[in-house]
Amino acid sequence: MDIFLSQVLNGLQLGSIYALVALGYTMVYGIILLLNFAHGDIIMVGAYVSWLVMAQLGLNPIIAILLSVVACTLVGVLIDKVAYAPLRNAPRLSILITAIGVSYFLENGAQLVFGADPKVVPAFTDVSTIKLGDIALSFPAVVTVLVTVVATIALTLLVQKSKLGKAMRAVSEDMGAARLMGINVNSTISFTFAVGSALAGIGAVLYAMAYTQASPTMGMMLGTKAFVAAVLGGIGSIPGAVVGGLIVGFAEMIVTWLGLSVWKDAVVFLLLIIVLIVKPTGIFGKTMSEKV
Amino acid sequence: MPSDKKKHRPVLVQVETPNLIPERDLGSIPVLQAEHLGIDFGGLTAVDDFNIAMGRTEISGLIGPNGAGKTTIFNLLTNVYKPTRGTVLIDGYDTAGKSVADVNRMGIARTFQNIRLFSKMTVEQNVLVGFGNTMKTHLITDMLRLPGHWKQEAEFHDRALELLDIFDMRTYADTLAGNLPYGAQRRLEILRALATGPKVLLLDEPAAGMNPAETEELMENIQKIRDEFQIAILLIEHDMSLVMGVCEVVGVLDYGKIIAKGTPEQIQNDPRVIEAYLGKQEVK
Amino acid sequence: MEEELMNKKRPIISTGGRGPAAGEKKRLPMAARYAINAVLVLVVLVIGELMIDGGAITRYQSTVLEQVGVYIILAVSLNIATGYLGQLPLGHAGFMSVGAYGCAIFVMRMGDLLGVGMRDFTTGTPLSILIVIAGLVFGGLCAAIAGVIIGIPALRLKGDYLAIITLAFAEIIRVVMLNIDSVLGFTLTRGAKGLTGIPGYSSFLLVFGCVALVCFLIHTMMKSRHGRAILAIRDNEIAAEASGVNTTYYKTLAFVVSAFFAGVAGGLYAGCIGVLQPAYFGFMKSIEILVMVVLGGMGSMLGSALSATVLTILPEALRAFSEYRMIVYAVVLILVMIFRPQGLLGSYDFSLSRIIERVMNRDFPWKKKAESAAKEAAGEGVSADAER
Repeated sequence: MDIFLSQVLNGLQLGSIYALVALGYTMVYGIILLLNFAHGDIIMVGAYVSWLVMAQLGLNPIIAILLSVVACTLVGVLIDKVAYAPLRNAPRLSILITAIGVSYFLENGAQLVFGADPKVVPAFTDVSTIKLGDIALSFPAVVTVLVTVVATIALTLLVQKSKLGKAMRAVSEDMGAARLMGINVNSTISFTFAVGSALAGIGAVLYAMAYTQASPTMGMMLGTKAFVAAVLGGIGSIPGAVVGGLIVGFAEMIVTWLGLSVWKDAVVFLLLIIVLIVKPTGIFGKTMSEKV
Repeated sequence: MPSDKKKHRPVLVQVETPNLIPERDLGSIPVLQAEHLGIDFGGLTAVDDFNIAMGRTEISGLIGPNGAGKTTIFNLLTNVYKPTRGTVLIDGYDTAGKSVADVNRMGIARTFQNIRLFSKMTVEQNVLVGFGNTMKTHLITDMLRLPGHWKQEAEFHDRALELLDIFDMRTYADTLAGNLPYGAQRRLEILRALATGPKVLLLDEPAAGMNPAETEELMENIQKIRDEFQIAILLIEHDMSLVMGVCEVVGVLDYGKIIAKGTPEQIQNDPRVIEAYLGKQEVK
Repeated sequence: MEEELMNKKRPIISTGGRGPAAGEKKRLPMAARYAINAVLVLVVLVIGELMIDGGAITRYQSTVLEQVGVYIILAVSLNIATGYLGQLPLGHAGFMSVGAYGCAIFVMRMGDLLGVGMRDFTTGTPLSILIVIAGLVFGGLCAAIAGVIIGIPALRLKGDYLAIITLAFAEIIRVVMLNIDSVLGFTLTRGAKGLTGIPGYSSFLLVFGCVALVCFLIHTMMKSRHGRAILAIRDNEIAAEASGVNTTYYKTLAFVVSAFFAGVAGGLYAGCIGVLQPAYFGFMKSIEILVMVVLGGMGSMLGSALSATVLTILPEALRAFSEYRMIVYAVVLILVMIFRPQGLLGSYDFSLSRIIERVMNRDFPWKKKAESAAKEAAGEGVSADAER
């Protein structure tokens, strides 16, 4: 029972991190139809900032968390302004290649600055478990799940209720019409990048808390999996990203638990293939058909 | 839809004339036939109980206010949309379950309301795509440039240019389709459809965006095509002069239903048609 | 406009026997066109081989050249699916790996079976050459089969979803390559340890012979009814379908041909580097190939070949600055996309025969400078020629 519960919690924890990152993919895709390849690398930036602040500067974990989130947000917005904004009207494939370029840049830049070896991020807190009656639960896991729940609710409220959220939805629906309605499209897109990247920053801190590592290429696999999660759930959909993240997290947990961890990537991708074949736009995806 | 309706012969005639197929075509089965055709999008019935039977060389028109479902009918006839109910027969063969390309090969070709050309290919290549199913060389013959390839390419090059001559477009052969003037693009779409060797040609607003002189020319050309290729033509059009000038039978569609059908004269005087276009005086 | 178009009138192919009609442009007969290009290819191959034999090209340089050839094949083959079919597959490295393993294992097993030693493959005895050619075809077929298996479900999806599903398939191929031995219990790919002892059968001549052949076959396919159907799908899928193009068949065809040539390239790659590891064929490799295609200009074979050459040689040339080279690469990528989103060459394609024809007709670009207004249309004409 104890093992079962802790496995479920593990799955939830991993799934939550994927979900947070997947939200960033989904938001950016929803608004400018871009598969933001660099999104996974933003997490890498966040993890390195945490490491810098705590291990190098020896500052308080709270400051590390704040700075990580702020850094990720800034990097996200900066990437959009420098690399994507000039290409708003270019063919979509060009923007995709640019995103790949940005991803290369971040990975190799980090390697140049910090070296190829992974850095160990110190523990954020001394508390490692919390007791719930008789059962001891991993503290980082519980925090991760709680933070993800709060972040998802906050994001949903933001998108559904706030004025900026309405602008975001309008821009994603029809950029031209939104502009005619007096919405500042560029700042709305920047805001979307900011929110998505901030979530990635939170994801970075939670990741560092769980796996205590920062390496230049850590964003690649994490990003790819989160991206799979976003597509699985239906890219462009907030609940889809969360559900997708949890599915991927649990799938990996189960495969690992069965002692087949070498196959876990294959299982995740196979899951994606099956979902896409059955429902070509993902679980919560809207079916779009071209008007003839 | 009540099932007993299926037992009835399709109601071809809703206006006075007993049978609208031109006399010259009565000797053979209708080339295009639809019975009780309908489609729902979600809960919304876009087209309901559409019936048609076209003679082999008949020119018919489909008119109706915007949003009446005219293009949807074209999409149903060509299987772009799968009908919710009803059947479509091309030359007596059922199109149910066939792909759009198969339906084309069964003998139905169409143009599109918003022009859909292969814009980065040349005019001649556009036509040659239409000839694609008539050309028979194997991939290997083509890839290795065996003699069969040259023979066939030469033959279809000539046939493509001959086809282009119908609209005097031979000089455009090497131009990219996307660079053609608007009217020429519409004409090319018709030629590409003809290249597929259809028995029925569906034209979706062929005169849209044309000036009166061009429309006049188009009218002549539609008749010329019918005479030369001996095919049936069904067209959707808002330009009444074209519809009334060229069509032998006109159907009027409103809210997805045929409300009137007959010769152009009958339609022009039908109160239901006037009502559909201008609204009923008492109600609103 | 109309007059300008009249001037450009000419038949799409010249049928050898017919002389140019009055007012028409002089055309090279098809046989002459092919002869010129064949001679050109032979000259390049012979010069290259002589330079290698004579020592003007070092061993290291010729290895780099072989890799250039491999990447050219990869890029032009991906270009079928990307530039011509207009889809975005992200799993080209998967097909490459299937071909690489297929070919390498075939050659090694056949070598053992027929008693052809490692040295025979490097020196190139007739039997070894036969085995290698059979191996390349075998590798290509393996990749093509993978292409069918992946293509049929993947091609039902569109755009980004197709990209993702092909990525997923390629990753699965990689994981399978990594673990297949431990599951099946015999030696096939040797998993993460890597398949070693592959004979070094790839030579400059073999690689560039394949490059020429692959380019020729892709060219001839694209300039036939099959190629036109593929281009039609790219330009407007709905219209293509309505014009009787069996879109499922032609999409799969383009995909499978693309996979086949990627498999051949994989086979050459295996003979070039001698060791295969599943890690070589990750997602980044697919991206690398895609970058070559997009950077060169989608749908331009010459563009793909050129950027494959530059992007393979550049990192080698920058080896001295190895720390910065990937950053430079990334920045170049971003800058090119920002300032030339259609790729370096757009859809322009090089044709020697066209240049010769221009000379024959005294139709030089600088002659037309006066007609600056018509220039635009002429420019389009060039790309129209390129499409042909």
